[in-house]
Amino acid sequence: MPDFILDVQGLETTFKTPDGTVHAVNGVSFGLKEGETLGVVGESGCGKSVTMLSVLGLIPNPPGKVIAGKAVFSGQDLLKMSNEEIRHVRGGQISMIFQDPMTSLNPVLTIGRQLEEPLMLHIGMTKKQASERAAELLSMVGIPNAKDRLGDYPHQYSGGMRQRVMIAMALSCSPQILIADEPTTALDVTIQAQITDLVKRLRSELGMAVIWITHDLGVVAGLADRVLVMYGGLIIEEAPVKDLYANPSHPYTIGLLGSLPRVDAKVHSKLYSIDGLPPVLYQKPNACPFAPRCKWAIDRCWNENPVLEPVSPEHRVACWVDTKTGRPRS
Amino acid sequence: MSTTDNNNNNNEVLLKVEDLMMHFPIYRGVFQRQVGAVRAVDGVTFDIHRGETLGLVGESGCGKSTTGRTILQLYRPTAGAVHFEGTDLVNLKGEELRKMRRKMQMIFQDPYASLNPRMTVADIVGEPLMVHNVGTGKEIVERVQHLLELVNLNPSFASRYPHEFSGGQRQRIGVARALALQPSFIICDEPISALDVSIQAQVVNLLEELQEQFNLTYLFIAHDLSMVRHISDRVVVMYLGVFVELADRETLYSNPLHPYTQALLSAVPVPDPVADAKRQRTILTGDVPSPANPPSGCRFRTRCPIAEARCAESRPEFREIKPGHFVACFFAERFL
Repeated sequence: MPDFILDVQGLETTFKTPDGTVHAVNGVSFGLKEGETLGVVGESGCGKSVTMLSVLGLIPNPPGKVIAGKAVFSGQDLLKMSNEEIRHVRGGQISMIFQDPMTSLNPVLTIGRQLEEPLMLHIGMTKKQASERAAELLSMVGIPNAKDRLGDYPHQYSGGMRQRVMIAMALSCSPQILIADEPTTALDVTIQAQITDLVKRLRSELGMAVIWITHDLGVVAGLADRVLVMYGGLIIEEAPVKDLYANPSHPYTIGLLGSLPRVDAKVHSKLYSIDGLPPVLYQKPNACPFAPRCKWAIDRCWNENPVLEPVSPEHRVACWVDTKTGRPRS
Repeated sequence: MSTTDNNNNNNEVLLKVEDLMMHFPIYRGVFQRQVGAVRAVDGVTFDIHRGETLGLVGESGCGKSTTGRTILQLYRPTAGAVHFEGTDLVNLKGEELRKMRRKMQMIFQDPYASLNPRMTVADIVGEPLMVHNVGTGKEIVERVQHLLELVNLNPSFASRYPHEFSGGQRQRIGVARALALQPSFIICDEPISALDVSIQAQVVNLLEELQEQFNLTYLFIAHDLSMVRHISDRVVVMYLGVFVELADRETLYSNPLHPYTQALLSAVPVPDPVADAKRQRTILTGDVPSPANPPSGCRFRTRCPIAEARCAESRPEFREIKPGHFVACFFAERFL
């Protein structure tokens, strides 16, 4: 088994709602290698964000609850830590950036103050050191006149600049892992390109591992080393990035790639569309959650939930059918 | 200047927009004096032919939605003319304008906000028919059933409320409402950007089928360049209130002449790691300037990789550099 800096096993998370218990994550296992970028792809409600929030102990309880699994980070299980302990990991060794740069910053505190806070809290810098480091961080993420802009408030920054501030904040304590939850979804394409470029540059400069959560298969293609595809609270396909796009093997991945028009396409063809809707799971799935939308589905899919099985050394798929041949897997 | 597409055999111009401007005044101070204006749309000229889809792309705040709304006279333009089937909409008022609106409809971006949560689907889809006094009660019920079938929704859902539907289904309700009065022209204002990837394809395929069936004309507003490429016949790129490039789809995507179009296309991620690694990327620096105080001369010059002194002095004309290919750049010939 390769050395994982973060090793998640059998994670399950549920939410209590007025309509019943929703099983958001249903046994997710994955490992993150040192320095790699892991893309996590899926549609809204597939459990991709909840997985990462569970690992960091950020699921509000109630209504949410992590009911099973472990997440081992430098020899310790994050899920067993007390609030106090995990707070030291969060923002220190593992940090996270969120989708909406407009709401993730406190509007009544200056950018400088918000950047200095984790530095003083986690590293124990003095106010003066923290302020200098904050200016360095801002210029590292490409904000001009960083020193002068520390006294500005978030509303004086544009969306792209705010996301840069979020990144600067996340990187301030030199984390080993950066978890980015749809960090470019709220941004325009030209700004998105700036941000992904920035993350690529910082990743190689700082040697950290990145988990990049997104619904955009295009962004992941240019950024990730390895990709997890999630559906119905499960990982349904896992592969190195080139392998995934060249040989998608799960019917959902195939459908998702087929439903994307490409800006560099040569011919105009009708888009492949996956009929139906993503499921809301009020029970832990005991059949394949994709079966109702799947054109390959066989009897077994309705009775037994497939587990991740390797199709090549690093490529694993959870499907009872071999989509290459259309025959059931043995 | 006319933006007629010579390659298009169907040359009937459905909509002709001339030098359209929409400035929103900014008021300040005790006396609420006007101190400036947000120049959301600042002089755009184009034609749309019957049966075609014109894609309108640009980043947020560039004025693409305002352009759409101003065409429908939901905002009254500051200047310019909008001719729809030969009638000038800008000077129409009251009843006459209301009659014209039957032929022009809109599909909105947010399927959660654009449907009244207290109305049933039947009421929502039937409301345009009632407002325009089309048919008796019974006829309206039948028509609503038919419309729901058209957009692949079960007609028995008519008595349900919007919250019982998913995003994709709600967008279908929005499409059914837009089709109720049998319009010839529909403005689709980011109709799929709030939907999940697998649902986007469903809605786009539906829009294409309906276009074929009813010979609809679309103005398709979006920021997703790959989807615009998929659905449009011609594409126009907008930046800070002005058009920077207009061409048929193939030309625009294969040989963009404006530096902004080039940068925009290169910034779009491609879902293919091998192709993505080979592409040349132009990464623009900085952000879009404020439309309340746009740069002098060429609007794009502050972020343009090839800007020269001349660009600050005068505004480049939106000129036809090749038949059907319009560009607003002094140096467009360099890329021919």
